[in-house]
Amino acid sequence: MQTSSTRASLAVLRSAPALLFVAVVVLFAILAPRFLEVQNFANILTQSANVAIVAVGMTFVLLLAGVDLSVGAAMYVCAAVAGLYFKDLPAPAAMALMTAIGALFGAINALFIVGLGIAAFIVTLATLFVGRGLALHLSQTKMVFAGDPVLAFGQGGFLGISYAVWTMAIVLLLALWVQQWTPYGRYLYAIGADREGARKAGIPVRRVVFATYVLCGTLAGLGGFVSFSQVAAASSGFGLQKEFPVIAAAVLGGTSLFGGRGGVLGSVFGAILIQTVQNGLVLLNANPYLYPLVISAIIFIAVLLDSQRTRILARLTRRQIRIEPGVEARRSTAT
Amino acid sequence: MSSARDSAASERAGGAPLLKVEGLRKSFFGVEVLKGVSFTLEAGKALGVIGENGSGKSTTMNIINGLLPPSAGTMAIDGRPYAPANSKEAARAGIAFIHQELNLFENLSIAENLALQAFPRRISWLPQIDKARMRARAADLLRRVDLDLSPDMLVNRLAPGERQLVEIAKALSGDARIIVFDEPTTSLTSREAERLFALVAQLKARGLGVIYISHILEDVLRLCDDVVTLRDGTMVDNRPAASVTTGHLIESMLGRPIAELFPPRSAAAPRQEVALDVRGLTQPGIVHDLTFRVMRGEIVGIAGLMGSGRSETARILFGLDPALSGTVAVNGTVIAQRSPRACMAAGMAFLTEDRRGDGLLLPEGVLTNVELARLADLRTNAAAPLPQAMLDRDASEAARSVRIKAHDLVRQPVLSLSGGNQQKVVLAKWLLREPAVFILDEPTRGIDVGAKAEIYGLVRQLAERGTGVLVISSEVEELLGVCDRVLTMAHGEIVAEFTWPELDRAAILRAAMQRQEGAA
Repeated sequence: MQTSSTRASLAVLRSAPALLFVAVVVLFAILAPRFLEVQNFANILTQSANVAIVAVGMTFVLLLAGVDLSVGAAMYVCAAVAGLYFKDLPAPAAMALMTAIGALFGAINALFIVGLGIAAFIVTLATLFVGRGLALHLSQTKMVFAGDPVLAFGQGGFLGISYAVWTMAIVLLLALWVQQWTPYGRYLYAIGADREGARKAGIPVRRVVFATYVLCGTLAGLGGFVSFSQVAAASSGFGLQKEFPVIAAAVLGGTSLFGGRGGVLGSVFGAILIQTVQNGLVLLNANPYLYPLVISAIIFIAVLLDSQRTRILARLTRRQIRIEPGVEARRSTAT
Repeated sequence: MSSARDSAASERAGGAPLLKVEGLRKSFFGVEVLKGVSFTLEAGKALGVIGENGSGKSTTMNIINGLLPPSAGTMAIDGRPYAPANSKEAARAGIAFIHQELNLFENLSIAENLALQAFPRRISWLPQIDKARMRARAADLLRRVDLDLSPDMLVNRLAPGERQLVEIAKALSGDARIIVFDEPTTSLTSREAERLFALVAQLKARGLGVIYISHILEDVLRLCDDVVTLRDGTMVDNRPAASVTTGHLIESMLGRPIAELFPPRSAAAPRQEVALDVRGLTQPGIVHDLTFRVMRGEIVGIAGLMGSGRSETARILFGLDPALSGTVAVNGTVIAQRSPRACMAAGMAFLTEDRRGDGLLLPEGVLTNVELARLADLRTNAAAPLPQAMLDRDASEAARSVRIKAHDLVRQPVLSLSGGNQQKVVLAKWLLREPAVFILDEPTRGIDVGAKAEIYGLVRQLAERGTGVLVISSEVEELLGVCDRVLTMAHGEIVAEFTWPELDRAAILRAAMQRQEGAA
């Protein structure tokens, strides 16, 4: 029983990220003319790559109605190990190494979540502190520097596009394929919608959940590599609280925190939106202490919109016993 | 479908029935709940299975579905022994279940739901779904159930009847040879139900075996070739549908004249004081303009199919769900802001459908549970010590009066009591409060016949002490036996009212089954 007004508000809520993005671009274009330059957009993309890559893994976890708070810690551990012990590795090897460490980190999360059945929130909160503590211990709280090959990756590019953006694009395309075209991708949605039902339908729920946390850790490692190559060094603040922009990017892009709804394309888009705001604030010479306030306001709006959309959807799908006269039947408007 | 037809043909040649169940028994913790059930299902035939709640229907079906192992007895498909260890093996043997609650993923498309068990691939080493083949197969299955929808449509856009057809299509995709329907029509409109019946006939014509479980006896007689009746875990009847009437079925389900099961009605007419007065209660999409009264000392029943709004009505009355307009008054006083707290303060009590979830502290003893209802009254000062001796005395008296069978009222956890005794604990709890209005939602669900009779007696006693009682039940026989008046609900409205002794089963069911125009 959808009335036209609720359908309209749903349509607005569904395209909210796009509207938000347009509003932000228009606002900054008016306030800061340099904002519209091509080079500036290239910068935004390059800078958003690390969050976008990690957000792809996070999206898969969120689709399962799970969460991974430890992604920032995983990034730091990867960077610390690579910078301390494998400084001279060529860039592809360093990338592979950090990705593998991320996968191991994710596997430890998965072991506790799937193997012991502990809530993901608790497990990843714990590994967040363990991971940061471990990286601080290894680095003796000193700054860890990236090797020259890694630095070259951070500054280089191909066809005028930075390696970071290439990495982001490849990850996005692969993730889109996994999400839309593989049984694993469709299982994510089924499990997120109804875990018990998925188990009854013969979906290997535990295996899928395990693989997803490993994948999230893997992409955290890759995101960590991209970030490490760009900032050239990992201090004690590396990857700190990265889980917030990552989850915010996914939610901004339309992924529900309650599972079963959303996708990786929106999350990458959300990451770019967040970076766009940050970039605009820099161009405006805004007080740096204001950044967290503005970013958190955007995140708040995104979560608010998501909860509104969920509420409206819940109202629309609530079981109706009777059909009120004067209201069209749902089927006639739905088809 | 060709494989099913072939195997059906070969089976006919061999002479063994499609499914043969012999001497099935099942005990839980030493209590025998299934005492030897035997029947056969031939290919191309439909077998109706009826019985009251707790008669052993679901246990039998769970054994067939591989969810429970039988304590004794054998099963055979096409004459070959069949002993499934889990539901997957049952599916592999060709048995598909259409449950009351459908198992579809709303955020996936029809085609994906149909292919979920084994997504088709084009290249064996690449885990990429062959979407074209998936879509084509879904379209073919949808045609077989006469559902004219795009395979790409998301399931959350389908009406309940369409979802059921998708579920049946799913059963057909696994090349099922036996399809078990468990109360399939409860959420369907009449047009959708007709469509389902036509499909069942088609399935039979294709040589599949159908097991049809339903409370709507008219449907069972119409669709089935044979009817099996279970009562208290025993198969009491198994005969061709053509040779019985609904009257016979009811009698064999109950196993005794209705009069014996239910307490005598009080000779005195109900008092002229109104206990519960409901006026114009409306919540869009749920209930519409409910207006009725329950007098002190009167037992009023609400009949209706699942989804007619009967349980929702109880929840709204007790303040658990909101209502847009309308008033509820207890003993002449309108309850202003309905909430469970306000309703209890006004003298209302509510026995929920889900006594394990809502009504009881399962790990605690009987007395603790019974005392719970009194705590709110006693607590004048939250820090003051409780008058424990008095509480215990009152609670044991209440427990005795409802004859709870427990060896230790203090230490034995309620969890370990039988369903009937658990229900008596909830009753005792509310009896202590002497409510002005008592709402009971499915008070005898899953309780054996003996305990049922006792509970009916208690409800009658309560009424005789001046409480207005509202009983909601899906078992029409129960309402016929215990109520002074029966209101029938359909699509959220009260559509008929019957007063004892003019309570007529067929008329009540007819009223309950009238469908709302334009509901399809």
